[in-house]
Amino acid sequence: MSDLAKTPADATRAMVRAEGVHKSYGLVQVLKGIDLEVKQGEVFVLVGPSGSGKSTFLRCINHLEKINAGRLYVDGDLVGYKQKGDRLYELKDSEVARQRRDIGMVFQHFNLFPHMTALENVIEAPVQVKGESKSAAKERGMALLERVGLADKSGNYPSQLSGGQQQRVAIARALAMQPKLMLFDEPTSALDPELVGEVLDVMRGLAEEGMTMVVVTHEMGFAREVGDALVFMDGGVVVESGDPREVLSNPQHERTKLFLSKVL
Amino acid sequence: MNPIDQGPVKTGRPEAIKAVPVRHPGRWAGAVVVAVLAAMLIHALVTNPAFQWSVVGDTLFNDQILHGLLVTLELTALAMVMGVIGGIVLAVMRLSPNPLLSGVAWVYIWVFRGTPVLVQLVFWNFLAAIWPKLSIGIPFGPEFVSGSTNNLIPVFVAALLGLGLNEAAYMAEIVRGGLQSVSEGQTEAAHALGMSRFQTMKRIVLPQAMRVIIPPTGNETISMLKTSSLASVIALEELYQAGHNIFSRTFQTIPVLIAVSIWYLILTSILTVGQYYIERHYARGANRTLPPTPLQRIRGLFTGRRKPSKAHDVVPGLEGGGHL
Repeated sequence: MSDLAKTPADATRAMVRAEGVHKSYGLVQVLKGIDLEVKQGEVFVLVGPSGSGKSTFLRCINHLEKINAGRLYVDGDLVGYKQKGDRLYELKDSEVARQRRDIGMVFQHFNLFPHMTALENVIEAPVQVKGESKSAAKERGMALLERVGLADKSGNYPSQLSGGQQQRVAIARALAMQPKLMLFDEPTSALDPELVGEVLDVMRGLAEEGMTMVVVTHEMGFAREVGDALVFMDGGVVVESGDPREVLSNPQHERTKLFLSKVL
Repeated sequence: MNPIDQGPVKTGRPEAIKAVPVRHPGRWAGAVVVAVLAAMLIHALVTNPAFQWSVVGDTLFNDQILHGLLVTLELTALAMVMGVIGGIVLAVMRLSPNPLLSGVAWVYIWVFRGTPVLVQLVFWNFLAAIWPKLSIGIPFGPEFVSGSTNNLIPVFVAALLGLGLNEAAYMAEIVRGGLQSVSEGQTEAAHALGMSRFQTMKRIVLPQAMRVIIPPTGNETISMLKTSSLASVIALEELYQAGHNIFSRTFQTIPVLIAVSIWYLILTSILTVGQYYIERHYARGANRTLPPTPLQRIRGLFTGRRKPSKAHDVVPGLEGGGHL
């Protein structure tokens, strides 16, 4: 354990840094030692079969899941804990909430707040968490909805929007907190094939603006075109990693080959 | 016989179906029987002198009755406030990961739902028999203030405790069901945005749970209004007891009971309308179009049925066309 307890200083260059991350539910080991590094401004793609632990790992990054062993840093800070000497201390709820402010997350099933309009969804966190004034938040919120192409739907409730539109509102909602890192958990898996493109377009735009993104996806075309780095996971471990174009066209491991032969 | 060739429809759509509707002779027979029975009842109500309608009219605005009405309203409102606040506290305790808190809430709900509210009312009234003196102080230590139980708990407070504490047990289950009906994804999304547990509960979970909590709470309030008449057993002069006091003096039992019932009906009707509007408010976002208000329904009876242009114009209960 002591060699893992490095000072955060040597983790600062990376936006996300995982060192031997383990996670289990009871007796089931979901993550069996994940080591990886996501650099600032990078689009980092996680692929793998379902049950491989990729979504769980993503949820560990903003402490929606607690890790059981290893270390996880975001922008140089330990996630969910603080270290004094050799000891780890759990962060209080309010401190965890503070860490999460800077990490945007987009869910497979959108998870928009159904009792609020699109605009109310977007301004909720800036007003409630950051204490922004309502008028300022509304102005920024409208600009964000404009950016995802939904300015005309600002007054609609989620139930009145298509899946693709809901997911674009969800992206705008996450961006409203001006995060330094965006996590995408299979953002297009629940969408009709026709609607996948509009969400990927928004994500592509974000990547071009230099947003650091960790994306769990089955969209290999997106990974190849937009991704800067790719990790293939299976059974809770990283099987293969590297440049997406390299890994996708010339996989080295049998497991990767088998998986890609089925999805591509 | 191609309808497109001969029909007057320009769009090429087949002619609209004009068929003879199925006849329902059974419904007609049933309607006649019900109509005759209703006529008999109305005839009896009007002609039977035992109803003494003039006494009913006088009793409605009798001072004693109006005072009883006020007590009933106060008792209902305060008992429901106690029930809702107690219910939220118990529901949160029940959902707590702390086994002591959830255990205590479980036992409370078990006891208060498992015994008749009538017994509980009498119990609170006789509290002095167990603890003749009540005091505030340090547990197992010195007392600061103390007083006689009978002075501290007059009949109204005993009735309030009996009804309110009982209601809290029922409300706890209603609130718990509401909170659990909100999907976990909502909490996760709020947490991922950096919202605190309290903010998540107040801004995200509770407003959505309200949609599930409100309808049964309305029913509980209406039920409480009527259950409050049980407080008459501990001689609290609420609406029913006020009527009881009058007819045990005048022996005009039936007209007084009718007058009392009319007040209960008026109050429950007002509550029903109020509940409807609150439910409508919390339906935001859940339904694509809000249900019609009662006024819109009445208007719909005259206009909407002839041309039900949109789905929400259809009068609920008459969707299938209302003929006999």
